[in-house]
Amino acid sequence: MGRTGYRYLAAAVAGCLAAGAVALPAAAAEDSNFVPLFTYRTGPFSGSGIPIANGMRDYLEMLNQRDGGIGGAKIAIEECETGYDTKKGLECYEAVKGKNPVMINPWSTGITLPLIPKAKVDKIPVLSMAYGLSASALGDTFPWVFNPPNTYWDGLSMIIRYIGEQEGGLDKLKGKKLGYIYLDAGFGKEPIPMFEQFAKDLGFELKLYPVAATDMQNQSSQWLGVRRDRPDYMVMYGWGALNPTAIKEAVRINYPMAKFISIWWPSEDDAKSAGDGAKGFKELNWHGVGTDFPVIKDIQKLVVDKGLSQVAKDKVGEVLYNRGVYNSMLIAEAIRNAQKLTGKKAVTGEDVRRGLETIDLTPARLKELGMEGFTDPLKLTCSDHNGHGATFMQEWNGEKYVKVSGPLKPMTDKVEPLVQSAAKDYAEKNTGWPKRTEVCDKAS
Amino acid sequence: MLYRETGQFKTTYAADMAVFPLRQDRIGLAVILAAALTLPFVAGEYMLSAVMIPLLIFALATIGLNLLVGYTGLLSLGTAGFMGVGAYACYKLTTFFPDVNIVVWILVSGFFSAGVGALFGLPSLRIKGFYLAVATLAAQFFLQWCFTRIPWLYNNNISGAIEVPGRTLFGEFVTGPNASAEMRYLVVLAVVALLTWIASNLVHGRIGRSWMAVRDMDIAAELIGIRLLPTKLLAFAVSSFYCGVAGALMVFLWYGSAEPEVFSINQSFLILFMVIIGGLGSLIGSFFGAALIYVLPIALKAVPPLFGLSIAAATVEHMTFMIVGALIIGFLIAEPHGLARLWQTGKQKLRTWPFPY
Repeated sequence: MGRTGYRYLAAAVAGCLAAGAVALPAAAAEDSNFVPLFTYRTGPFSGSGIPIANGMRDYLEMLNQRDGGIGGAKIAIEECETGYDTKKGLECYEAVKGKNPVMINPWSTGITLPLIPKAKVDKIPVLSMAYGLSASALGDTFPWVFNPPNTYWDGLSMIIRYIGEQEGGLDKLKGKKLGYIYLDAGFGKEPIPMFEQFAKDLGFELKLYPVAATDMQNQSSQWLGVRRDRPDYMVMYGWGALNPTAIKEAVRINYPMAKFISIWWPSEDDAKSAGDGAKGFKELNWHGVGTDFPVIKDIQKLVVDKGLSQVAKDKVGEVLYNRGVYNSMLIAEAIRNAQKLTGKKAVTGEDVRRGLETIDLTPARLKELGMEGFTDPLKLTCSDHNGHGATFMQEWNGEKYVKVSGPLKPMTDKVEPLVQSAAKDYAEKNTGWPKRTEVCDKAS
Repeated sequence: MLYRETGQFKTTYAADMAVFPLRQDRIGLAVILAAALTLPFVAGEYMLSAVMIPLLIFALATIGLNLLVGYTGLLSLGTAGFMGVGAYACYKLTTFFPDVNIVVWILVSGFFSAGVGALFGLPSLRIKGFYLAVATLAAQFFLQWCFTRIPWLYNNNISGAIEVPGRTLFGEFVTGPNASAEMRYLVVLAVVALLTWIASNLVHGRIGRSWMAVRDMDIAAELIGIRLLPTKLLAFAVSSFYCGVAGALMVFLWYGSAEPEVFSINQSFLILFMVIIGGLGSLIGSFFGAALIYVLPIALKAVPPLFGLSIAAATVEHMTFMIVGALIIGFLIAEPHGLARLWQTGKQKLRTWPFPY
């Protein structure tokens, strides 16, 4: 490389520096709570990762702007880019571990799994919101892991319940054919035993269409199978590039979109990219979309309009953005509870674990948070780290998602035994899995 | 001036054939080993668990692939698959025999990987170059398929992942969440140092020479009496052994749990790039390659905060991609034979410094 070459390189690097968003240095005040955010704004999963990262960051930033943090202590936010890669996620974990993080939100099942046993040792709770290990809903076995408000098993039972409602009763499912297209990883495979149980109990036929993570963008063979089998309903558990590709392929083979139902991860962009044909596509959700909530208005006013966020203005209020907001609200509530329980301003991971166990989002509390009508009440206890709340079905109308069903409750009788046996199994396989010794707090 | 062999006379054949004929090299190696051993007492936990352990494990896998690609001239894209075989074998072994020391199982699991590697190496007698790469690609996909599809391999775990149980060595935890970074680092260091020493002896001895003869011209090698099939299969077996041990170390002493996705084709490519950038057919190059590809991005991430700049995490990631990419191109233009050759040239220059002729 000649001298000019170096000069070009230097110019390019300088250009990157200038173009890159230069955020404010994290406040290092004496009373602050350190919240690391594991994000992925790069890589094949960034389509899902960016809105979540923005939502999570913006809500916490809004609390800093509006209330000066939580309970008088600023929130020190630090993003660590994982790229949805377990290697990088673990590196992020090691990097933040020493800085007294109040909790970790891995946002990847692959990163969650190695952190589950570490949580207790390092005294850092893990909040894997509606993902991760379903069995970790059981607080007696997993005192340091939280996965509210629903597990993937809850999600499946709600989808089956919804299909039953459409058909006029669960018994009408007899003789029907249900297809299941899923990411061929832990996340997509977890619901299969339950799905098979349902197929046996209700008498429908189950067709599996696994999609490997490497072929997310090439699903023609799976959808060829769908065209041949003609399932009456399609259920999808996808993430990242899997979702838009599946929706596009479904449109291409003229699959009736009204009968294509997904777990809660597809975003607006996933449906939009398939064009008009995607109208009628359905997914579960447990929180509001759009900006008509006081909390989102505050974020717009105090964060987005001031240029403190990386989000594009028209992306505020999208499904995954609002999900990030919901996640951060749980973080903030846990910190707040921890402050109440301990009387300290700056809390530790141990305090926040207690804070998470005492989360009680009553309708009144949601109203205070500016989230009236945004989501259902949620109560976590020492033994129930999930809540197993109700969700609803939303439908893509070509422009946005609209709610099309009443509350869908999970079938607890089906989910609970599975959670119990999976947790027992986990504890048995990991010989020497510690018994719960953490004391239980009364809800404050 | 300092780095010069003047006055060091070789009086025996053994001294003449030594791997490190220069006294200065031997001193340097001793210093590096001493530094590696004292690191746990001075470095923090982050340095050990997020930088050194991965670096050593990647270096081991790179040595394994280098034995095959660099020394024997057989291109393989199945590295991650073979690493996976090691990891899953170790997992199954420690499930069945929990009382046997885990370090024993980590080393033994390499033999399973070696067997699988030799099996997939069979076509190498007939096909060469890119075609062999495609054949090993089949190994990669087949093995990853096994890790996903055979529930027995992951003990029917509902999430499809393997979770590492806590195991002890000399009464201290080496695996599982309770293992200290220092303990894990020392075990990894010991295994990697031992296997590097063995590899160095292999490549400098008869076996290594026959590998290199096959690499340089297999017909000529056959004519001078090297049997191709055993030689190539041995290369596959030894290479897979190293990769298998690296895979077992990766899951047991670094990750703590693993999904099949960990052993995807991307991992194979990553290690192949480490081999190419480090230098084909060089053991020290394997360490350089692993350091450049794995540690450099981490080091770059630490640069902006040093200057008091706070740049968004994603921007740093993008810049790291660009800088590392530019550096790789830069290094390969400056020295197409990899960092190891650069190191050699540097040493040669140092010998004649300050009076080059």
